[in-house]
Amino acid sequence: MKIVKEALAGTLESSDLLVKVSPGPGTGLEVVISSEVMQQFGLQIDHVVRDTLARLGVTAGLVVVEDKGALDCAIRARVQTAVMRGAEAQTIDWSALS
Amino acid sequence: MKLRRSMLFLPGANAAMLSTAFVYKPDSIMFDLEDAVSLREKDSARILVFNALQLPVYREIETVVRINPLNTPFGHLDLEAAVRAGVDVVRLPKTDSAEDVEVLEREVERIERACGREIGSTKLMAAIESASGVINALAIAKASPRLIGIALAGFDYVMDMQTERGDGTELFYARCAVLHAARAAKIDAFDVVWSDLNDEAGFLKEVDLIKRLGFNGKSLINPRQIELLHNAYAPTEEEVEYAGRVVTAAAEGERKGLGVVSLNGKMIDGPVIDHARRVLQRAEASGTRK
Amino acid sequence: MTDLAFDLLDRLPRFDGFAKQTPYLKDPELKRSRKICPSLEDAIRRSGLKDGMTISFHHAFREGDKTINTVVDLLARMGFKDLTLAPSSLLSCNAPLIEHIRNGVISRIYTSGMRGKLAEAISHGLMAHPVNIHSHGGRVKLIQDGELKIDVAFLGVSTADCFGNANGISGRSRCGSLGYAKVDARHAGTVILLAEEIVPFPNAPASLSQDEVDYVVKVEQIGDPSKISVGAARITTNPRELLIARLSAEVMVHSGYFEQGFSMQTGSGASATATTRFLEGYMRKKGITASFALGGITGGIVDLHKKGLIERVIDTQSFDGDAAESLRTSPNHIEISTNEYANAGSKGAYVDQMDLVILSALEIDVDFNVNVITGSDGVMRGASGGHSDVAAAANLSIVVAPLIRSRIPTVVRRCTTVVTPGECIGVLVTDHGIAVNPRRPEIAQRLKAAGLPVMTIEELQQRAESLTGEPRPIEFLDKVVGIVRYRDGSVIDIVRQVKG
Repeated sequence: MKIVKEALAGTLESSDLLVKVSPGPGTGLEVVISSEVMQQFGLQIDHVVRDTLARLGVTAGLVVVEDKGALDCAIRARVQTAVMRGAEAQTIDWSALS
Repeated sequence: MKLRRSMLFLPGANAAMLSTAFVYKPDSIMFDLEDAVSLREKDSARILVFNALQLPVYREIETVVRINPLNTPFGHLDLEAAVRAGVDVVRLPKTDSAEDVEVLEREVERIERACGREIGSTKLMAAIESASGVINALAIAKASPRLIGIALAGFDYVMDMQTERGDGTELFYARCAVLHAARAAKIDAFDVVWSDLNDEAGFLKEVDLIKRLGFNGKSLINPRQIELLHNAYAPTEEEVEYAGRVVTAAAEGERKGLGVVSLNGKMIDGPVIDHARRVLQRAEASGTRK
Repeated sequence: MTDLAFDLLDRLPRFDGFAKQTPYLKDPELKRSRKICPSLEDAIRRSGLKDGMTISFHHAFREGDKTINTVVDLLARMGFKDLTLAPSSLLSCNAPLIEHIRNGVISRIYTSGMRGKLAEAISHGLMAHPVNIHSHGGRVKLIQDGELKIDVAFLGVSTADCFGNANGISGRSRCGSLGYAKVDARHAGTVILLAEEIVPFPNAPASLSQDEVDYVVKVEQIGDPSKISVGAARITTNPRELLIARLSAEVMVHSGYFEQGFSMQTGSGASATATTRFLEGYMRKKGITASFALGGITGGIVDLHKKGLIERVIDTQSFDGDAAESLRTSPNHIEISTNEYANAGSKGAYVDQMDLVILSALEIDVDFNVNVITGSDGVMRGASGGHSDVAAAANLSIVVAPLIRSRIPTVVRRCTTVVTPGECIGVLVTDHGIAVNPRRPEIAQRLKAAGLPVMTIEELQQRAESLTGEPRPIEFLDKVVGIVRYRDGSVIDIVRQVKG
């Protein structure tokens, strides 16, 4: 999927996260993560975000994640939602989500 | 015989609640994509519920997704998400006729085929929220073998009836109609939510009423109500003791090949034994009443 | 007279007028007012405080304290250096101390705990010397054993008379019990009272007594009592806290210790306060009363006391206004020092008589060791408090905690820091289930018989990890920033500087 506009998903409530996607200045994919649990789970969050983006076929854009201690399933959901909103997707490829 | 006393409603867009709700151990958890989700967040809630359902802890509990009606722009997408995520039960809101259920059933089957899920493994529930729905309750309850129960939803129903929620008089006919339809179809019946969290006494009074009417249970909007409900449904020690004797006597009768069994001179037949088993099941789940 | 008698008389001083030792008695005004200092600065000068000495404070106002920062500010302005700071504890409100540590006014710290920015700075290596973290009882032990020698104690009180008879239950800013201050008043070289109000002599009750007080100085405000119970005394509506509270009340009821005349301590957490409320129903149903409740006292305990369900309330720290008011009005609400409360070196500590205690945890590991001082990111953010004291002495210690806080598991393979050894913990209650220490098979049997959801602590740990994923170990540097002292003074663990 191609991110064509800026989009947000999620909240800054505890156990949730806010994901912001935008087409980005360069041609590549840039992922910026800040988290309340960076020390213990920073690598894991980075892995989940990148894996989710790869399954959705996102190869370019800027993805900014502000995490408030969300579980992996919430991280995946918020990234997927932000990407679909940013890509103005009309249909959902469910197999890319699970 | 699945115990369904408590069905806990969770707003589908709330990540924190979806990440913890299973600890309250309701009999079923219902992820709501309909009334509890704003129009702007329908997509995010749907995807969040889809992902939350993959958590292994949700395999230990019966999961239900309340989809938007199929005549809205959201209904079909909600259904795709729920069936593909492996939910146990899909709850259809605003069910007015048997046809609503039939349409749902066809869609569910199509999605099951498409995603390789066992045909028939997605169960259904219909919520009745209008005068038409109440009138058609029996046809609705018998509309699909996938139906595990029907529920009365009070808010829309009383609006449709041009009245408002009060002491229960306003729900009297609908409760009886839904309950009879469910029993005739041999499926479960669920009562309305109680929304005033701070009125514990009012909640317990309503629970007592619907339990005596014969409802399997109730939809709940806060985890705090679960323990209260389970305790109200828990049998007394005397009831458990008697049920134990009934089941023992029945087993003994069966072993001896007796057609009719009696306990203390009273005849014990099928329905009595079934009731005794339900009592023991509730005691097994939540102990005796405190 | 014999030669022996002459020898003795040679060594004894000769009478030299009635006021040789007490010159103030010659001045009718001075003999009454001699302890009153016109300013705090004056009191400090008269105290003989010197660089390198040890100063102490009580923390009964918790986040509302206005004494510690004010006094240390003044000491800095007066040019003092290299002081050891030994308050009974430190909280988030003490962040201004960071500056005084940087500029060398404070070089060493003894405390039960620390929070907020100060704790973060210390965890990141602010101090050259590691902080000594002690329990409430352990602090008294360190003082008695001579390791912690308090030169000057600065004790905030709401009222004092001109002689230093003082309490925390009259006047404006009432913190209630002065349990910590009592210890400092007894042991410090010099005792300065900072009193909001000087009342006519004799002030009663005298929680701190005139025979232990050197100077009294009037100050504007010693603390804000409304900030003592930051979220502590409220009855929670959080369903998860209520779930844990209900389970812990049921654990208490079925523990085998829930009999007429039992004793308990429930602390200040939201679940602990709610546990007290659930307990009321069970006590009434069984028709029993508690002989006493101990410790930090909350409105919840006071409520049961007023209803006649708890005979005596033994109060070393009042956690809210209800507790302070009850201490003032109820003859069976008794103020005790932390020496009487929990000191292992005391000739009699109340904790030794305790049946059931509810304790909190930041982390608990599969050996039931408990961490209440460092977060799982390695940063200090809690307090040792009475945790290890009561756990050691009570008949059954029940730790209550959610299995997971946002994404942070509470039940872990190995605690970041051990404050209370697992051998002292009987039961862990979480929102996902209950684990009983294998050392207490009889308790496990009773709880299972009562139908409670008992599982192994390993199962709970694995359940947490299955939800959160495996946390990466925290990276520490070699530098030691904290030494955790067990209640007997021994070192039970150390805290290293967090990397980054």
